[in-house]
Amino acid sequence: MTIAELRDLLDAEVLCGGELLDRDIHSACGSDMMSDVLAYVKDQAVLLTGLVNSQVIRTAEMMDMICVVFVRSKRPTFEMLTIAEDSGIAVLATKMRMYEACGTLYANGLGANHTP
Amino acid sequence: MNDALTFHFDVDGENFVSAGQASVQVKKNLRELGFPPEVIRRVSIAMYEGEINMVIHAGGGEADVDVFEDRIVIVLTDRGPGIPDIDLAMQEGYSTATDRVRSLGFGAGMGLPNMKRYTDEMRIDSTVGKGTVITMSILVNNR
Ligand SMILES: Nc1ncnc2c1ncn2[C@@H]1O[C@H](COP(=O)(O)OP(=O)(O)OP(=O)(O)O)[C@@H](O)[C@H]1O
Ligand SMILES: [Mg+2]
Repeated sequence: MTIAELRDLLDAEVLCGGELLDRDIHSACGSDMMSDVLAYVKDQAVLLTGLVNSQVIRTAEMMDMICVVFVRSKRPTFEMLTIAEDSGIAVLATKMRMYEACGTLYANGLGANHTP
Repeated sequence: MNDALTFHFDVDGENFVSAGQASVQVKKNLRELGFPPEVIRRVSIAMYEGEINMVIHAGGGEADVDVFEDRIVIVLTDRGPGIPDIDLAMQEGYSTATDRVRSLGFGAGMGLPNMKRYTDEMRIDSTVGKGTVITMSILVNNR
């Protein structure tokens, strides 16, 4: 699926990285613990999270992720969006809660593992 | 080639927002130098974990990165409280992080084991009350 399709499925707003919408994504993960993302995630392109601080974007960048989705209508700061733009990461926000957002993407074929 | 390219960073211990900036910069530099993505990823994750540790556990410090053709060496130096029991600190899940740090998304006790996992060599020299020096090497042609 593309980031644009993900946006439509989650009825999400694109906060930055509109030029990345046609990029392909093959897997995602959801976590509020950046420690766990750094320790357990492998090759997932998308991070869904309810945590809002600049380390979310930096963690995504360290993991070579290309998209961060904030759930429960969380709004990133301007500074976070600047970091994301610098790093080539699309940032989206959805009203859905974590469970619903992950479930929706999973049910529509976006797996947890890297399966192109 | 024996001459290393060296990078030095001061890591601000008062500022959680800026934590990780040094790692981001090193990642950019290594990309420009054309290192393989897998090497860059291992360096980035190990250094970022160490940099965050300096900020949340040690009040900041310094990061020095030496880039050789065949390896990258990261030295993280702080004057924090030191690590009393290094074997214990290396265990997955061991953490002394405060609730505040946890609310920021860290403190699972996974950083040091993760640094060990992503590097080919890691040494911790720590003196309680004086500080900690962590030296990590990543070989370029390994894996
Ligand atoms: N630079 C340091 N100075 C002092 N103590 C440290 C330092 N780095 C790590 N420690 C100690 O070692 C423990 C384990 O570190 P580790 O990075 O594995 O976990 P954490 O930082 O607590 O959580 P996580 O890395 O998962 O976010 C820390 O909780 C802290 O007590
Ligand atoms: Mg840590």
